[in-house]
Amino acid sequence: MRDKILYGMGLAALFLLGFDIYKIANFPPEAAQGAIFKIIFFHVPAAWTAMVAAGTALVCSILFLMKKDFKYDAIAVASTEVGLAFLAVNLVTGSMWGHVIWGIWWTWDVRLTSALVCWLLYAGYLMLRHAIEEPTQRATYAAVFSIFAFLDVPVVYFSIRLFRTQHPGPVFLSSTGSFPPDWGMVLLLNWVALLLLAIVMTIVRLGHEQTQREIDYVRRMAHAL
Amino acid sequence: MPIARELPDVAVKLAQADRRRSSFTRLVFVVMAKDLRAELRTKEAVNASLAFAVVILVLFNFAFDLDDAATRMIIGGLLWLVFAFAGTLVLNRSFARELPNDCLDALVAAPVSGATLFLGKALANYVLVLAVELVSLPVFGILYNVWFPFGQMIIILALGTWALTVIGTVFSALTVNIRLREVMLPMLTYPMLVPALMGAMVLTAQLAAGTSIWGESATWLKVLTGFDVLYTAAALALVETVLVG
Amino acid sequence: MTAVTVDGVWKFYGDYPALRDVRLDAEAGTCLALIGRNGAGKTTLLRTIAGFAKPGKGAIRIFGQEPRETETRRHIGVIGHGIAVYDELSAYENLTLYARLYGLLDPRRAALEWLEQTGLERVRDGLVREFSRGMRQRLAVARAFLHNPSVLLLDEPFTALDDRAIAVLQRLLREALANGKTVIMSTHQLREALELSSHVALLNRGAVAFHGACTAEMVADPGWVYARYGD
Repeated sequence: MRDKILYGMGLAALFLLGFDIYKIANFPPEAAQGAIFKIIFFHVPAAWTAMVAAGTALVCSILFLMKKDFKYDAIAVASTEVGLAFLAVNLVTGSMWGHVIWGIWWTWDVRLTSALVCWLLYAGYLMLRHAIEEPTQRATYAAVFSIFAFLDVPVVYFSIRLFRTQHPGPVFLSSTGSFPPDWGMVLLLNWVALLLLAIVMTIVRLGHEQTQREIDYVRRMAHAL
Repeated sequence: MPIARELPDVAVKLAQADRRRSSFTRLVFVVMAKDLRAELRTKEAVNASLAFAVVILVLFNFAFDLDDAATRMIIGGLLWLVFAFAGTLVLNRSFARELPNDCLDALVAAPVSGATLFLGKALANYVLVLAVELVSLPVFGILYNVWFPFGQMIIILALGTWALTVIGTVFSALTVNIRLREVMLPMLTYPMLVPALMGAMVLTAQLAAGTSIWGESATWLKVLTGFDVLYTAAALALVETVLVG
Repeated sequence: MTAVTVDGVWKFYGDYPALRDVRLDAEAGTCLALIGRNGAGKTTLLRTIAGFAKPGKGAIRIFGQEPRETETRRHIGVIGHGIAVYDELSAYENLTLYARLYGLLDPRRAALEWLEQTGLERVRDGLVREFSRGMRQRLAVARAFLHNPSVLLLDEPFTALDDRAIAVLQRLLREALANGKTVIMSTHQLREALELSSHVALLNRGAVAFHGACTAEMVADPGWVYARYGD
């Protein structure tokens, strides 16, 4: 039953993505920046998906600390990993855009820089988890770190933005005209597709986490005998 | 057994009489004094930290063209990189010094809250890192002929160092008994410190350029203060969970 | 009156139960010896009673209170595997530190008194890192008894003690028990422990296999409990 839901969601996501790509390909290129501007359809929703993932991780971390139920810890780690993947998509698409427009692989634009710092932050979360053997301690410490990390996200964004107002630099992916409404619709549809993909990936990762816990349990049993 | 039955009551009454002696501030001071005394007796972390800071300051000389006045100002901002790296050497020791002989267990068992332990250690770290910074400043001034108005510089040092200390002390507790602790602590701390380091660097660079920190850069003071308040609150709230689980 | 109650305690590492439905109690003025193979859960149980770890299920009560309450912690003294004193401080500095942390009225007097009790008064200003092993162990004992705890939780306290330290500890424990304190001690040194104990509990793979009074039979043949109730 669970597998059927997963397949269903996956198919829906692929269908939506196919539909969107067809529409995107048929949109006229943007005035100032050409065809590469269409990367925004993936660049921005990827970031939004990563934010949703970070929020989910925060909520589950708090729930774990309150209830000590490992299923919350599992969702927190799965969600963080998926969020990191989508944030990486955001960074790579941003880099590609910068290269096509300006010939450089990176611009210290506000959003891109914030995304990079947040990526490093949550990569630290995963590194912390890898370094702790004992499951309860790992889940507890990771949850505390996740709360600290989430608190930092808005602070990072606002401080980088403050820096950029004082030291202006190239601004990223701003269009010269207004964003046409049918483009907006496709953007949102794409976000839905990416969210579906994220949910599928999270559930798959949850299954992996469950298996890992069972292996841990059996290993400890074996050592005790 | 009548004696046994009364013992807890008597003990409770004695404890209530001791409340003055067990006040939060006094206990924080006891923990801070312990850490400072232990560190100053060996001076391991402080010496390493200071040596590291001086070496990096010397290395800067080879990376920059120091005849350019503008460059000298940028170096002011880089000073915070030195402080962050050198500070980590001190912060790493913070909870790590409780590991030999299982001293951390005794501290957790004692009737002091996690917040007390954290604050005592954080204050001790603050004093030590500030000391390293205050020695580094004149060295920097002599080597690069960049001098800061002391009154304003001490404010930046006070705010920026507290940010470094708060995060570093909490993460020192988080990483105390995990693998590769010396590597994990910086890896976790620096991304989280980006806003605070940014603020401190901007303010220091501007100060070196002759701009007062109270001018248009005052917003950065607010950013730093906000960061300090936010993370001190978060640390005080969560440290008990880290220490006891 | 029951000093320590362990009520249906389970402790999990991940999903693995290190303690399984442990039910024990200790009356004030009694000494409970916890015995069992390595890995049976003795240290885990002691640490849970001391409040270092929270039970997954069940509850611990010390004089009816939670072990982690600040007031309860004042009455608990712990000796673990480590000596829990600072190498860089002197014996006197260590004891005054703990005396202050426990809110004692006169930390200096308490420290000096316990240095005498454990025979360390002549080395009071020596740094702990220069002490011999026996001296370090005696300082650990002083630290645990310093604040006059009503409940003493000792994890293999006689291991690695020299004869002088064993004598000191036995004397202090006898005095404590005579004064109505409660002692729970895990041990491999069955003879020294069983001589002091009024009760014995055998832990096997996290569960209590036996819990009862300490008989003359057990003291005479310490392996008897293992043979009868172990596997």
